[in-house]
Amino acid sequence: MEKKQALFNYLLRLGDNSAILGHKLSEWCGHGPELEEDIAIINTALDLLGHARSLYTYAGAVEGKGRDEDNLAFLRIEREYRNALITELPNGHYGDTIARQFLFDQFNYLLFTELEKSTDETIAAIAAKAIKEIRYHLRRSTEWTLRLGDGTEESRTKIQEAFNNVWAYTGDLFVEDESDAIIVAEGIGPDLKAIQPIWREKVKAVLEEATLTIPEDGWMHSGSKSGRHTEHMGHILSELQYMQRAYPGCEW
Amino acid sequence: MRSKAGLSHKHAGSLHAPDAEMAISNARDVYTRRSEGVSIWVVESKHIHSTLETDSESMFDPNEDKIYRHPTFYDIPDEVGHM
Repeated sequence: MEKKQALFNYLLRLGDNSAILGHKLSEWCGHGPELEEDIAIINTALDLLGHARSLYTYAGAVEGKGRDEDNLAFLRIEREYRNALITELPNGHYGDTIARQFLFDQFNYLLFTELEKSTDETIAAIAAKAIKEIRYHLRRSTEWTLRLGDGTEESRTKIQEAFNNVWAYTGDLFVEDESDAIIVAEGIGPDLKAIQPIWREKVKAVLEEATLTIPEDGWMHSGSKSGRHTEHMGHILSELQYMQRAYPGCEW
Repeated sequence: MRSKAGLSHKHAGSLHAPDAEMAISNARDVYTRRSEGVSIWVVESKHIHSTLETDSESMFDPNEDKIYRHPTFYDIPDEVGHM
């Protein structure tokens, strides 16, 4: 595999993570548990869509086949999406959303902190801008984890269940393949295996402070890097792509 | 909310939150989306003391006929510039 292909794959993964999780969060619009939280979670959704736009635009430029951000966001088939499995899981109740968000934010924060030092200047610039927002996302999902965990008996039970349920999808965040090996060797992105123990330590510290138990590492789902998704992905795309499929090239 | 450094904080709005930290966070998310501010204070509503509607007559009406308190009678020399 040549460097260009590895870089394109890498950018799609980053872009798809942000686009799909941003889309899932946008489903809360108008349905948040309270007005303030509704606005706050949508701010996060919009931040993530903003990151996706920059990453897709750059991915299209790297690929050099004239595909723009919309083309990459809306006109690929399921197997061509490379987002981590955790980003496509259902929103569930608000505790489920917070658990998914906290685990992803912690990963994204560590990843983008390293991407700021990327040898690829465009990625470094995108990361430098995005990290400010990601730092805030992490702060917010951490605060909610603490409050729900160290809250009432009911909130504690629910958020613990949420973490238990999502845990099997966290291993997929750290799976590395041929593209990653090239990205690491070129100094474009960090070694995910080096980030994993730091991620685990940070997650454990917050869960313990929240009086929660870190779930056991059991069998882990994987496959996102080769485009194998959960059963939820097709439903997401049917909604996400409807307008562009029904009215190709439509704008408003 | 302080709109920029050097200006005083002004009331931006009300919100719900479980505690002070989340109140600051919610204020950031609800009231600074369009770059309205660079600094936030939050105050729990129970700490706010207010005038009463029934006191308005004696509190505020007496000022209505004291137009001499408005400094509109002075000519400001051009060289003073913006005041």
